[in-house]
Amino acid sequence: MTLAIELGISILLIIGGVFALIGAIGLARLPDFYTRLHGPTKATTIGVGSIALASFAYFAGANASYDLIELLIMVFLFMTAPISANFLAKAAMHLKVKTTDNTRGQPWDQ
Amino acid sequence: MNARFGLPHPLLSFALFFVWLMLAGASAGYVVLGLLLAWILPLVTRGFWPDTPRIKKPWKLLPYTLKVILDIIIASLTVARLVLSFRRKPQPAFVCYPLTLTDPMGITMLASTISLTPGTVSADVSDDHRVLLIHAVDVSDDQELIEDIHDRYEKALLEVFQ
Repeated sequence: MTLAIELGISILLIIGGVFALIGAIGLARLPDFYTRLHGPTKATTIGVGSIALASFAYFAGANASYDLIELLIMVFLFMTAPISANFLAKAAMHLKVKTTDNTRGQPWDQ
Repeated sequence: MNARFGLPHPLLSFALFFVWLMLAGASAGYVVLGLLLAWILPLVTRGFWPDTPRIKKPWKLLPYTLKVILDIIIASLTVARLVLSFRRKPQPAFVCYPLTLTDPMGITMLASTISLTPGTVSADVSDDHRVLLIHAVDVSDDQELIEDIHDRYEKALLEVFQ
């Protein structure tokens, strides 16, 4: 494995770790349930995305095996993450979870 | 082909077959098993797929996907800055987004895109499929957000589905 590939993998891993951390900080710091929803969606998209990409690059570089499983992980994460966020938001609206005072607009009832 | 034993959803069968091959590897036995699964699974789950999604121009999905990935990266940086800045309080808002898309599959894809791009989560669709309720974590101008989503994503999806 050349230095360039190793460097690329390291950078991807660091980016992934940093975004997962930022997602977690967001979960702790943001004021209400709805804004907290944004933390985990970010952690999956960029965080897990770049870690899966790093894994793909590592195995492609180490033994030249182009397994597409990492890409499948990304595809399935990108398909399921919005759905879980949507269900969490729907459940919160159903339970009439309080929003922070400066929120504009209202969740609706149907 | 006979309706009971045919391929009710060719696209789904195709996707199943390729996902199976990517997961299991491409030896002869797995190819046969994959073909069988791709034939049987859509038949068994036919009840869950009342109407076939109609993607008119599937090749237009590729530039769309690339654009969305790029936007995810840019928007992530913006939200990361918001999360890490201690001084500013975010300005969250619920925004009602009027849909021009009518295809259920198209609406699903738009809602997923909105949820994937950091800063916005789609919370609900109205029962008549006309309005999408979006929660934005930090937005100062609702109208600007609506126009932004329309220009960036919905126009591209309209081309795919209509």
